[in-house]
Amino acid sequence: MLERAKTNRGRSPPGVDGDTRPVSFRGAGFTPKAGRWSGWLALLLVIGLWQLAGSAGWVNPLFLPTPVAIARAIWQLAISGALWHHLSYSIMRIGTGWMLGTIAGVIVGFAIGLSSLARGVGITFISALFPIPKIALLPLLILWLGIGEEPKIATIALGVFFSTAISVYSGVDAVPRSLIRMAQSFNVPFHAIVRRVIWPGALPSILAGFRISASVALLLVVSAEMIGAEFGIGAFVLQAGNLMQTDQLLAGVVILSLFGLAVGRLINLLETRLLHWR
Amino acid sequence: MDLIADRISHRFGALEVLDNVSFTVGAGEVVAIVGPSGCGKSTLLSILGGLMQPSAGAAELRGAQPPDSRNPLTFVFQDFALLPWCSVEENVEFPLLHRALSVGERRAVVEDALRRTSLSDFRATYPKQLSGGMRQRVGIARALAVRPAILLMDEPLSALDSQTRELLMEDFIRLLADGSMGAVYVTHNLEEAVRLADRIVVLSRRPGRVRDVVSIPMTRGERGEIAAREKLLALQSQLWSLIREEAIDAEREVQHA
Repeated sequence: MLERAKTNRGRSPPGVDGDTRPVSFRGAGFTPKAGRWSGWLALLLVIGLWQLAGSAGWVNPLFLPTPVAIARAIWQLAISGALWHHLSYSIMRIGTGWMLGTIAGVIVGFAIGLSSLARGVGITFISALFPIPKIALLPLLILWLGIGEEPKIATIALGVFFSTAISVYSGVDAVPRSLIRMAQSFNVPFHAIVRRVIWPGALPSILAGFRISASVALLLVVSAEMIGAEFGIGAFVLQAGNLMQTDQLLAGVVILSLFGLAVGRLINLLETRLLHWR
Repeated sequence: MDLIADRISHRFGALEVLDNVSFTVGAGEVVAIVGPSGCGKSTLLSILGGLMQPSAGAAELRGAQPPDSRNPLTFVFQDFALLPWCSVEENVEFPLLHRALSVGERRAVVEDALRRTSLSDFRATYPKQLSGGMRQRVGIARALAVRPAILLMDEPLSALDSQTRELLMEDFIRLLADGSMGAVYVTHNLEEAVRLADRIVVLSRRPGRVRDVVSIPMTRGERGEIAAREKLLALQSQLWSLIREEAIDAEREVQHA
């Protein structure tokens, strides 16, 4: 096209008098696309520079251990079994807390989305309680539930509950009313409208909420384990920090990051499977 | 089975939308409702179909429901109202899922509706993959699947381009030809109204009142003939003269709102 424009410059098309010039192209940009490998290449570059800075002695390894030292620490943790021990505690707390918070959040979110009474009461409570940092409630929950697993799980469940409930009722609100009226016009019963229209219509928002609540759960499990736990990735990171074992500390951080990535990947898979129609 | 609008009035808060609207749609009859923008045509259709309750008056049915009808009053929506997560076949099947039908019977009904709307080859396609005209065909197939006595059509062609509109208009004429199904057809397009309707109810500007009822003195079959064109154009002009001044006022009102 550009070639043709160049060759045509100054010459008239057949049947047109006078010189012509091509219309300049103004439609470039504003369509960013991530390259397939650019992210990985940038990550590798940063890790390489980081390793170089450590190996060359530009930074003190006590303050910033090299990627190789961190990888070695992860390997040691894995073969000693400590990694799996800590990870299993964290996964149990996240899994249980997330499940409880999600189930309660979905039920309350649907109630708020479908019932005027629940909406009137529920939104007021959620608006008042959602902004409270849930970790601030941990000491109170320890008083109520004891010093075992319950207060940590309850903290995670509370954090997950609010973000889930909000994403669920927002999703229900976002279902086009025309679809609900269509179903009503065919005398489809209420439960079937919820199951076949509202649930799939709200699912994109619900899955987006799962992504947020998984991050909230990860944040809260680490915080809770740092405050009152012997085992768990959060407790391990805190202990390593207290002992100035920064390679172990960053190993814990890397494991948390990988865990977060794995959860994100799982939600991506769920979205691909359940929202294929989008 | 007749559908009767019995002195229907409706207001949204302080805004009076419909005032004492009465007319009857007889069995197999097609009644178009026309009027200026904002005169309450769609609101009236929602009330007739039981999706809204009027402030006063009532929508009533007279006579027995046809024995094979699964949903006597069935809507065809302007925005198609298709479930985007369901294929064409699943959308057509949707209103049948809660009926006392065996899987085989249900499949046969869906198959018949898809065949009548020339959608058999698109059964596995999702709405987002279809053009506007094809989506409306799915909406029509879904309506046919429940064997309605009266179709309630809310500007079903207004979201479509003129060629698609023409093709679907031919489909409507074909589907309504045997007189087994009546229709209430809300439109702002007078050409559609005179081509399809047996009678045209002309509503006034808001609050909508019945200003006139115009009968079309020829069959739908005759309207396709070249000789009928002049008569239809004259009818269109007659209708336009009825609503022109009010349409201009309504347009000004919308601009100032």
